[in-house]
Amino acid sequence: MGFLLETIIGGLMAGVLYSLIALGFVLIFKASGVFNFAQGAMVLFAALAMARFAEWIPQWLGFESALLANALGFIVALALMIVVAWAVERFVLSGLVNQSGVTLLMATLGIAYFLDGFGQTLFGSEIYRLDIGIPKDPVIVADGWFEGGLLISREDVFAASIAGALVVALTVFFHSTAVGRALRAVADDHQAAQSIGIPLGRIWVIVWSIAGFVALVAGMIWGSKLGVQFSLSLVALKAFPVVILGGLTSIPGAIVGGLIIGMGEKLSEVYLGPLLGGGIEIWFAYVLALLFLLVRPQGLFGEKIIDRV
Amino acid sequence: MNGVASGTLPRTLVEPQPEAERDVAAVMPSTTSSATARRRAGAPILVVDDISLRFGGVKALQRISFEVREHEILSIIGPNGAGKSSMLNCINGVYTPQEGSITLCGRPLRRTNPHKVARMGVGRTFQNLALFGGMTVLQNIMAGRNFRMKCGIALQALRLGPANREEVAHREFVERIIDFLEIQAWRNTPVDRLPYGLQKRVDLGRALAMEPRLLLLDEPMAGMNVEEKQDMCRFVLDVNDEFGTTVVLIEHDMGVVMDISDRIVVLDYGRKIADGSPEEVRGNEEVLRAYLGGAEAAGSA
Repeated sequence: MGFLLETIIGGLMAGVLYSLIALGFVLIFKASGVFNFAQGAMVLFAALAMARFAEWIPQWLGFESALLANALGFIVALALMIVVAWAVERFVLSGLVNQSGVTLLMATLGIAYFLDGFGQTLFGSEIYRLDIGIPKDPVIVADGWFEGGLLISREDVFAASIAGALVVALTVFFHSTAVGRALRAVADDHQAAQSIGIPLGRIWVIVWSIAGFVALVAGMIWGSKLGVQFSLSLVALKAFPVVILGGLTSIPGAIVGGLIIGMGEKLSEVYLGPLLGGGIEIWFAYVLALLFLLVRPQGLFGEKIIDRV
Repeated sequence: MNGVASGTLPRTLVEPQPEAERDVAAVMPSTTSSATARRRAGAPILVVDDISLRFGGVKALQRISFEVREHEILSIIGPNGAGKSSMLNCINGVYTPQEGSITLCGRPLRRTNPHKVARMGVGRTFQNLALFGGMTVLQNIMAGRNFRMKCGIALQALRLGPANREEVAHREFVERIIDFLEIQAWRNTPVDRLPYGLQKRVDLGRALAMEPRLLLLDEPMAGMNVEEKQDMCRFVLDVNDEFGTTVVLIEHDMGVVMDISDRIVVLDYGRKIADGSPEEVRGNEEVLRAYLGGAEAAGSA
């Protein structure tokens, strides 16, 4: 029993991180109808920027504090992501207004490869350590309930609480600020949003900036766990099954979808792995997504797709 | 394009509204509160001067000129494909005509786009509903006031003093619109669950929330039953009377058009074929020909 719970909790914690990346997809898809292939590249780019600036800034300015270095690194990386957002709107999206979804998707694929390459040109392609001071040692909780208690990684708990806080902040932002309302308006109807004086271009910059911010947080957490390296942009591929499961247009869907995928992966690995020969973790999410596409193509929380036949 | 209810409409419309509705409207800012405002058309608020709009080889609009004077209700009519919606989209800044100029409140519209035109005081509704489906009635109409909000994001998120006061003030205004359009009961209903007629009202409400000087209505009564049309006519006339808002509308229901318009512009195949009072347009040979396809049909109209 204790082991099962440990597996589930471990899965949920991993799932939170998938959710974070999926959140970036959903934000951009909602607001601009663009399926953003570049989200993974943005995660890598943001993490690289933060890792490098957190190392460079103390050298330039000559101070020791790791906390200050990380904070400054985070701020500079965030500023850079806002510049990326602005450039994407200015040089890519604004020229492709009213183009088909496939065109936009190809454009984001281009952005993805550009960011991958450009990031490594700017920041180098080694594996960088990003130590944001998360305690790594696991703790044992619920000692009295189970024999031996539950072994939980403090790193995971920390990551999950950051993700949770981010989701709450985004929800508040979307629902109780005028800009949030404008974002939702644009997501629902571009033309109508413009007709009430909402500038589309600026909204896109804001959305891509927020997605960049989410990418930075995801990159920071993944990076501190695995090291900042090229494979980060591949972790983002896990976000595809998550958004298919949760629904492309739903923020809660991204969260729940991530949790389900994370938990399912771990459970299948542990309990089905021995029967099927292991390696399930790699493909489980995609097969689950495939099944969902067959049964419920709009995902768990997505808007129902009704087409006139 | 049929004259549904044309016989009954004028009387219901001209009758004074109940007192309660009047003072709801009276608190809203208005350039004039006289019920006869629309009979006293003012200076030109919109001047369309010799514009032509082409899509590739298709001539959507050809050398069209007309004026809209402040406080009047002007209808643009014409058969399908005459260029009515293109005309509205030019005024709205969606399209930029290749030739000619459009002047709004004395300022020429050049290289513009819809959100700038909206900020210049032009509200519009859509032929095919374009509401924010996921949001409630209240949120949809609030969105119409978005561009007037000045407080920063941080203040709004935390609901701090000035942001809160601002939100409350705008909310008050929106509540008056909700009362005016008689949709109080659906205030918190997501708009995509409302029946069509009510969605059209919300669309109008969202445009009104902008406090527009010029209101563009693209087929506000399309697909409505007689009762809904009467309600919508009443709202349009009231808005015009109470706030002096200038209205340009596209409508197919000739009964409605003849009843509420001060002036009518008739388009056919992208050209203007008539421009005048309802009486003048009604008797115009060319208009009858455009609508009925030949002089022999003139007798039946």
